Amino acid sequence: MILWAVIALVGMGALAWVFRFAGQSVTGNAPKFRDMPYGVAFGYVLGAAVLLWLVWAYTQGRSSDQAIANKFFFLRIAIEGFIIFAVAAWLFRILGRSLGTAWSKKMFRSMPLTASFGILTIIIYAIFAIFAGAIAPYGQEQIIPGVAANIVPGGDPALGGNPEFYFGTDQIGRDILSRLIYGAQNTVGIAFATTLLAFFIGGTLGFLAATLGGWLDQILSRLVDVLMAIPSLIFALLLMTIASVWAPQLGIPLTVFMVIIIAVIDSTRVYRLARAVGQNIVVMDYIEAAKLRGEGLGYLVFKEILPNATAPLLAEFGLRFCFVFLTIAALSFLGVGIQPPLADWGTMVRDLGGFVNYAQFAPLAATAPLLAAGAIALLTVAVNFVVDWMLHKSSGLKE
Amino acid sequence: MTDQPLVKMRDVWLEGRSDELWNPIINGVDLTLQKGEVLGLIGESGAGKSTLGLAAMGYTRDGVRISKGSVEFDGIDLLTASAAVKRELLGKRIAYVAQSAAASFNPAHKLMDQHVEGPVQHGVMGRGDSEADGIELYRKLRLPNPDEIGFRYPHQVSGGQLQRCMTAMAMSCRPDLIIFDEPTTALDVTTQIEVLASIRDIVEQFDTAAIYITHDLAVVAQMADTIKVLLKGDEVETADTRTMLSAPTQEYTKSLWAVRSFERPLKPAVQTGAVPVVSVQNVDASYGTVPVLHDVSFDMHEGRTVAVVGESGSGKSTTARCITGLLPPKAGQILVNGEVMPPDYRKRNKDQLRQVQMIYQMADTALNPRMSIGQIIARPVEFYLGLKGRERRKRVDSLLEQIELEPSQYYHRLPSELSGGQKQRIGIARALAAEPKFIICDEVTSALDQLVAEGILRLLARLQDELSLSYMFITHDLATVRAIADEVVVMKDGRVVEQGPKKDMFKPPHHAYTDLLLSSVPEMDPDWLTNLLNERGVDNIGDAAVDKM
Repeated sequence: MILWAVIALVGMGALAWVFRFAGQSVTGNAPKFRDMPYGVAFGYVLGAAVLLWLVWAYTQGRSSDQAIANKFFFLRIAIEGFIIFAVAAWLFRILGRSLGTAWSKKMFRSMPLTASFGILTIIIYAIFAIFAGAIAPYGQEQIIPGVAANIVPGGDPALGGNPEFYFGTDQIGRDILSRLIYGAQNTVGIAFATTLLAFFIGGTLGFLAATLGGWLDQILSRLVDVLMAIPSLIFALLLMTIASVWAPQLGIPLTVFMVIIIAVIDSTRVYRLARAVGQNIVVMDYIEAAKLRGEGLGYLVFKEILPNATAPLLAEFGLRFCFVFLTIAALSFLGVGIQPPLADWGTMVRDLGGFVNYAQFAPLAATAPLLAAGAIALLTVAVNFVVDWMLHKSSGLKE
Repeated sequence: MTDQPLVKMRDVWLEGRSDELWNPIINGVDLTLQKGEVLGLIGESGAGKSTLGLAAMGYTRDGVRISKGSVEFDGIDLLTASAAVKRELLGKRIAYVAQSAAASFNPAHKLMDQHVEGPVQHGVMGRGDSEADGIELYRKLRLPNPDEIGFRYPHQVSGGQLQRCMTAMAMSCRPDLIIFDEPTTALDVTTQIEVLASIRDIVEQFDTAAIYITHDLAVVAQMADTIKVLLKGDEVETADTRTMLSAPTQEYTKSLWAVRSFERPLKPAVQTGAVPVVSVQNVDASYGTVPVLHDVSFDMHEGRTVAVVGESGSGKSTTARCITGLLPPKAGQILVNGEVMPPDYRKRNKDQLRQVQMIYQMADTALNPRMSIGQIIARPVEFYLGLKGRERRKRVDSLLEQIELEPSQYYHRLPSELSGGQKQRIGIARALAAEPKFIICDEVTSALDQLVAEGILRLLARLQDELSLSYMFITHDLATVRAIADEVVVMKDGRVVEQGPKKDMFKPPHHAYTDLLLSSVPEMDPDWLTNLLNERGVDNIGDAAVDKM
């Protein structure tokens, strides 16, 4: 095995050298090949090798021999998904470039494909979340009479599917597709509300600390240090356990507690950022000019500081949203988050998780829990792509 | 080989990328530099002088490209040369000295470690030899403690010394060409003169060719054999220094030369017994426990300009902070129109705050980048005068007209869409909006090109005549003082060392420090530096002389 790896490495090393030499002689020593470091040439060859392997693996996944095809099933889905999303993002960008105002056209022109993929995905999620009731074929807690539990996704009766339930049904016979769509509403909606709350708390306190400084800054910052010193997931779990005792006594839904707990824990990170950004802005001459004019604290924070801090805060909002989202999914997975029968992606992964064991010989059955997991992953990736792009824009980097 | 020029740039066109378009920066400029020759490149900011200077190394910054033309260094075509060939040349035969030495040195390494990097990497000499040579160069550049200074970190060395260390570093491989990109722009006059003298010396000693980029004509007159004037990417004219200074042929060059001729007529002396607009009385101030001002007193009268001069750290700006109330004085008081001001600005009422306005050095940081010009000016109008809606708009429009900007065109723009000079005008308008009698101008022209700066000075002078404003004009540029001041206050180490009407200040006898300041301002005469050095001796200029006081 090691011998093979060494041979492959040496072979690729030799190929890299040949590649560069061939490039030099074919193009008549063009600067691109002439000044190419060896490492870059090796990178090209390595990239080509990986690409070749992917093509080979994909043909294996399409093989008529079911045993071989099953082995490469998920890779096949991933490659197909990747290509479909790339094309969709590309079409979406073309659409954006030809429609809308001059401003939005310009924005789409300078947009990388990743960002347009991210925006498209977020829009689709938003539509599903808002119109879940109208789109979903069944209710989220509806156990459809006369339908078996654990129908395999794929809709192929030969493999245990049912064309009426393309994404299959869960362990008690609820439609997975409907639950996924309602999950968008529950999980994403609650995550969005939580992030907003976290930003409201953390942002306000952070700017106040930056503007006023002194003992207020000291007290708030030390408090935040204390909260940040405790591992956030374990802290949240602990508080949720306490809250799950209080919630029925007080008659307040547990979800409200969850929103507040996660918002407070995450607001510490927002506080840090807002304070740091705020401190950089407070030293500017225009703030001094406003202070000397006799402006009040509210004007300083909301008119002078906040507009100049929007770019980093917005980028942080995207990231924070992902973390909050993952925390909620994790808490639900652990059983203290969003409570059944409400559909939630984290809970869905936990409930159907056992099917992952069938991945070797019945990949379609293993897909059931992965659908919810994929929905989480896709949104997280999409948000991060958009955030990356916004960070790039706000930092003023040129291509 | 012998009569071949060292640098030969022919019909060079450079383009920069912004908003997805390539915009021209340099339009077909030729440049020829012989061995041992010093060429001065001058022009306003945005004229493309730095870009052209870097292109002489075959290098462009990110987002800039050479679209046409050829650049040859000693017969080697730099545009087609391979990376390996360039690597051999750059640092070894071509060196670069950047404007801000403080930003260019790596703060994590000692000066000497950075100094030897070039020679060792290029295989010119070993580490030991290179260190010995470094100390020798430090000595030649007249750095204090040449044996030890190399073992300090960049933050432990002053700005002028750091700039000389960087020159030494550029010299370490004995290059044929050094490109100096505004090496003294960020320095005080007394420090600048030292750096100039040592750069000129060392370039002469090693017969190095140099391209000296600056916007200061008087500086270039001391340094260069030949001067090339650039305007918006086009060459205006090229001639040897003396011809250029005595007989410029182009209108633009003449206008550059004429800038320094602006001077206001003298005003009659202040009537005795008149109440000063602002009076600073025996002010002491400190930052924490570090005292910065000692017993500072001076008066400012209506319709007059008091210039406060001194080098950085002399307490000019601190005095301004005491007047505005940002730094409450430890002792003494500030009087406005005979009324004692509360020391802390937070304790002052709206009307007291309105009377003292300020214009800042860096217009970039003084205007909120997220507010439109209209909003910026409208805020004080609304805040102090309570005007709303149409009346407010009318007032803003008239203010914009006063600073010579077309209201309809500028009202909705953001500061980033304005040039440096226009931004500074907005700063002036914002101060005027409060309808004050007294404005503090903190180095308002020092970040601007000379032509633009002159425009600002003329505007301030006109406004003073129209509105009988008083200015406290903080500056380190004595040419500005000569142009606009009525009275001068000279500060050093937080003390007022001399004060009086301008006409007395520019006539001897002076306080020794005033004399040093005055004599350190470069003049347009190309022999000025040589004469000064002969007169005073190399050890009696700049910081060395300040330290002796």
